[in-house]
Amino acid sequence: MSKSNSGSINDKIFKGLGITATVSCLLILVVFLGFILVQGLERLSLEFLMSLPSRFADEAGIYTAWVGTLWIFIITTLVSFPLGVGAGIYLQEYGKKSMLNTLLEINIANLAGVPSVIYGLLGLEVFVRIMQMGNSILAGALTLSLLILPVIIVSTREAIRAVPSSVKDASYALGASKWQTIWKQVLPASFGGILTGVILALSRAVGETAPLVVIGALVYVPFVPQGPLDEFTVLPIQIFNWVTRPQHEFIVNAAAAIIVLLLITFAMNGIAVYLRNRWQKKINW
Amino acid sequence: MKLKEKIIEKVLAFCALVTVLTTLGIILILAVQAFAFFKDVSIVEFLTSTQWSPLFAQKHYGILPLLAGTFLTTAIAIAVALPVGLIIAIYLNEYASQQIRKITKPVLEILAVVPTVVYGFFALLIVTPFLKTFIPGLAGFNALSPGIVMGIMIIPYVSSLSEDALNAVPNSLRQASFGMGATKFQTAFKVMVPAASSGIIVSAILAIARAIGETMIVTIAAGLQPRFTLDPTVPIETITAYIMNVSMGDVARGTTAYQTIFAAGFTLFIFIFILNNISYWIKSKYGLKYE
Repeated sequence: MSKSNSGSINDKIFKGLGITATVSCLLILVVFLGFILVQGLERLSLEFLMSLPSRFADEAGIYTAWVGTLWIFIITTLVSFPLGVGAGIYLQEYGKKSMLNTLLEINIANLAGVPSVIYGLLGLEVFVRIMQMGNSILAGALTLSLLILPVIIVSTREAIRAVPSSVKDASYALGASKWQTIWKQVLPASFGGILTGVILALSRAVGETAPLVVIGALVYVPFVPQGPLDEFTVLPIQIFNWVTRPQHEFIVNAAAAIIVLLLITFAMNGIAVYLRNRWQKKINW
Repeated sequence: MKLKEKIIEKVLAFCALVTVLTTLGIILILAVQAFAFFKDVSIVEFLTSTQWSPLFAQKHYGILPLLAGTFLTTAIAIAVALPVGLIIAIYLNEYASQQIRKITKPVLEILAVVPTVVYGFFALLIVTPFLKTFIPGLAGFNALSPGIVMGIMIIPYVSSLSEDALNAVPNSLRQASFGMGATKFQTAFKVMVPAASSGIIVSAILAIARAIGETMIVTIAAGLQPRFTLDPTVPIETITAYIMNVSMGDVARGTTAYQTIFAAGFTLFIFIFILNNISYWIKSKYGLKYE
């Protein structure tokens, strides 16, 4: 049937247009990534990974930057994971169809659309000034946790929703309480989906620049942070700093640092996709 | 046992409450600082002056140049992302084979996960030099290049949301159209797209909100020079880029200059808030048509 329907000239034109658009996107991606690789691959070395920042481009490295990113990643995970999953469970399992819940849902949808730079302003006032954390790792991680919370909540709810109610009914029928049912049945069954959402959200946090600059994360940090209250920089900020310099050597540094950042981002997304596929295959209700 | 259940419920409720506190916090903080700002600067000047120079000796506080910059980059981004994203969505949904779809979708998603600072690098070092070969008068920093790159970044966003909308249209509609002897093209544009229009409009609105709020690309490649113009070839500054610009420097808390970033943030938040609510409204009013 589709054979006889695809004969019109409009169809041929549009099909060509569609292929062109899709292929162009892929080509642009290839050009962009190729440019980065050509510029930065040579600069990438163990020395580059283990050197402190420097005024001299060929001596500068990303040691403080990736250690800062690691700190931010760990604390953001510790804060956003329980908070987001907890909120997701509450909204999906405890929340009733009330005005309050509808408002909560609209609110979360709204928060998901708020630009990250505005979360930076929130963090600047609340964590840096009012709670007096200064421009520390903790202030940065808390800001990013709030930023990715809506993403985690939404994916948690989706994962929980996919668990069939027969599983829950069976658990209740055996005399389990509500929390026992959630903890022993619902969460294990939906954990793959939840984890996928959390990893995707965290990969976004790792790539964020603007909110951390706004809360005062430093561009030049000559030491490695020792604890969560130390000042810090992260990979994206280091890249941002190098990109804005006119000298070509710093652009090369930026490209090399971008390779590292992209590897981290792609690895996290790869893991998330792998988990999603595995989880979908394993559980076949 | 009962008590434990109650405590757990309260703890979980607190987690959900954090999102409410976040919203309240954002609104309160932006409002308080913006209010302090408007004690020193009249709203009339803020809304009508065509100069923005809070950090210079000759201070002007007109938001219009920042709005013009934001509008310009957003318009360019949407002009790229909306048609290309829609074409890809319709192509993948109506024309492409299952295999092509399976390969293309994850690759397109890569465009969406690349950090924005990397896109800033692309805009400044690849797209601007490339455009200069066609447009000799193009400045090193301009609205055109970051606008286009922003558009490229948003394409997967538009295409995947629009595809979801097209996917939600029941297959029976498509079959009925074919049964009447319509071609694929007629079916796509006269049946499927109109049927999915609410979802497609939502994807467009969300894309606009994304573009308005995008920060790093414009900070890196658009020039950080507030200018009341719609000329895409000269350096400009967006609201978001201004907030970054001030944050990178050393501005003492409590000064009017410090308050400007919150006044700018407040303006940005109002736009985003309106767009978000329009899309939510469309979704809840028309979204369930075919479910």
